[in-house]
Amino acid sequence: MPVYLDHAATTPMADVAVEVMTHQLTKLGNPSSLHSYGRDVRKDLEGAREEIAIALDCHPSEVIFTASGTEANNTALKGLYWKGQGVGRNVVVISSIEHHAILDPAQWLALHEGAEVIEIGVDSNGIIHLGELEDVISRRGDEIAVISIMSSNNETGVVQPIDKVVDLARLGSIPVHSDAVQSFGKIPLSFRQLGLTAMSLSAHKMGGPIGVGALVLRKGFDIPALLHGGGQERDIRSGTFNAPSILAFAAAVKENSQDFADRNARVRRLRHQLANGILERVPDAYVNGIEVERLPGIVNVTIPGTESDTLQLLLDNEGIACSTGSACSAGVQRPSHVLLAMGHTDVTARSSIRFSLGVASSEFDVEQVLLALPSVIERARMANLR
Amino acid sequence: MKLIAAMSGGVDSAVAAARTHEAGHEVIGVHLALSSNPQKYRSGARGCCTIEDSHDARRAADVIGIPFYIWDMAEEFHDGVVENFIAEYAAGRTPNPCLRCNEKIKFAAVLDRARAMGFDGVVTGHYAITHEGQMGKTLHRAVDNSKDQSYVLSVLTIEQIAGAIFPLGDTTKVDVRREAKARGLYVANKPDSHDICFVPSGDNAGWLHQRLGSKVGPIVDQDGTQVGEHKGAYTYTIGQRKGLGLSVPTIDGSPRFVLKVEPLTNTVVVGPREDLAVTRMVGEKSVWCGPAVGPDRNRGFVQVRAHGQPLPCTYYFDNDLLIAELDEPLLGLATGQQMAIYDGDRVVGSATICETQQ
Repeated sequence: MPVYLDHAATTPMADVAVEVMTHQLTKLGNPSSLHSYGRDVRKDLEGAREEIAIALDCHPSEVIFTASGTEANNTALKGLYWKGQGVGRNVVVISSIEHHAILDPAQWLALHEGAEVIEIGVDSNGIIHLGELEDVISRRGDEIAVISIMSSNNETGVVQPIDKVVDLARLGSIPVHSDAVQSFGKIPLSFRQLGLTAMSLSAHKMGGPIGVGALVLRKGFDIPALLHGGGQERDIRSGTFNAPSILAFAAAVKENSQDFADRNARVRRLRHQLANGILERVPDAYVNGIEVERLPGIVNVTIPGTESDTLQLLLDNEGIACSTGSACSAGVQRPSHVLLAMGHTDVTARSSIRFSLGVASSEFDVEQVLLALPSVIERARMANLR
Repeated sequence: MKLIAAMSGGVDSAVAAARTHEAGHEVIGVHLALSSNPQKYRSGARGCCTIEDSHDARRAADVIGIPFYIWDMAEEFHDGVVENFIAEYAAGRTPNPCLRCNEKIKFAAVLDRARAMGFDGVVTGHYAITHEGQMGKTLHRAVDNSKDQSYVLSVLTIEQIAGAIFPLGDTTKVDVRREAKARGLYVANKPDSHDICFVPSGDNAGWLHQRLGSKVGPIVDQDGTQVGEHKGAYTYTIGQRKGLGLSVPTIDGSPRFVLKVEPLTNTVVVGPREDLAVTRMVGEKSVWCGPAVGPDRNRGFVQVRAHGQPLPCTYYFDNDLLIAELDEPLLGLATGQQMAIYDGDRVVGSATICETQQ
């Protein structure tokens, strides 16, 4: 039986989300239309927005639906930068471990829009250096247009001290955005308590469908748009509302909220079993970020003497799906920028692999990995010696 | 068997992988990333290492229904093939990089890695045949003479041939394309790749100029009299007639051909056509694809180019050198080319030509 341990890439849709979406696909009506068809869909769509706002502890009008987490990140980073640029702020502060959906738009702003990008480093556990951030804010605070630090890292699962980031930013009245794509549904997130200006989410990482995300943007804090058109979402995002996906997203959020603690405690237990099992069988392996708080489902492990693409091929051959860091456009594995930032060498970063568990994961899955791993590692090490 | 199918993104390797999978083997498709900075799109029929090619390979693997991975062999390719290509030209020889790629990458780095990972061998879309017989597993010409690639495989050792699977040797190219279409493979009509994959412009001389510089030197006749000037001896090939730009014509107006390239003195020697004739060639670094050749003289054929004619000859191995004596003289043979020896359609082995004699 195949084993899926790549839930951080995407995770199965909740049954209830599939039901809601399937039903909604048969319904006619553009929510922007004034007639009865439009009103009917609009009623459900705004209900979905309220449901998501409850889970995030924010106002419904602060939820802006997008087509992906990547779009939310791009809209936030570019929009906040342009807004700041208008008042003479041209510095963008990010961490060195951001997802490419932040790293690349930041690079784009530097190349095309005159931004200066400052990257804050991380320690060996993958937590950002708050001292470095404090220093940048104290020296350059009035030049910073936006600070964007991810809520938790997609490769290691390491949770970042966003509350402290916001505290520091407050001193310079700097807007803070956080990419919470991996965190949403896995750790408690209160938009209000965190005091963020903006936050990005994606439905398919927590039981919703692929193709819908959200930018949570503080009420009254408008930014220039990326997509211009009908102005459906506060004039910050245009495009016909994707009602079936948005309703399914809300259904998944609602279900997640109802047994939030239990489901994540269960995933966390499985992760312990997996991590401990690997460390018992492979004495020189180590789990990245093991000393600090991580998302319940992610185990990023370095297995010295192997190459991650070999491990992945051999595990796939055993019916086990997991993932390596990122690949370049040609599909060639590259050492993870996240692990490099944590002090890994090129070689050890290339010897790392990510298992990510989800609500659907079971003890059987963990057992299968632990059963297959010793032989897989032995062969991967042989291949590496060639 | 558990096999790795090397998939370039072309039609041949796609059909080879499909046939192997259909025959019941466990097959994993692997595309080799050979350039550290690949071009995005393929231009015309050049190369096989663009991002577009890797997408074509992935799509073919998906249609066939086998897993697909990309292996980064850029460093091995650069060190073993590209550097060798430049060094050979710099030394005044004419190398064949496809042959080196088979020798050092596909049936060395890839096969070794596959074996270490528990696979039994490597499948490629080469047009060649292997037979299991009294001599063990031997290498033979493909049935489609115009596509036969046994020459570029003549550098494989018995050990490498043991791990090589060539499913297309019994089929013509026309039929392979027809089969690809029937299998729903989008690459059925993709043009064949020609030229050298790491010279995407197709301009070998220009590419070499960039890497070896353009050092002006004399073009001389056999007496040593200067008859012209060149911009880098390595861009000339033995037997070349065109593009010499000679300033001193011959007395009778007969054409002159490149006879020799001397990199140490940066000199190109030209002379009459008859002086190009070669009747004996000597090769070093021999590889045997079957039983080793000894000092006894054998009758067979020698081939010196990928799609060259098999030339009747007598061959033997003496003092670490492979020698072939031709029945009829051959015009224009450069050192650095591979001499592949055939016994009928069986590849006996090959060596790199280090000396030619009239």
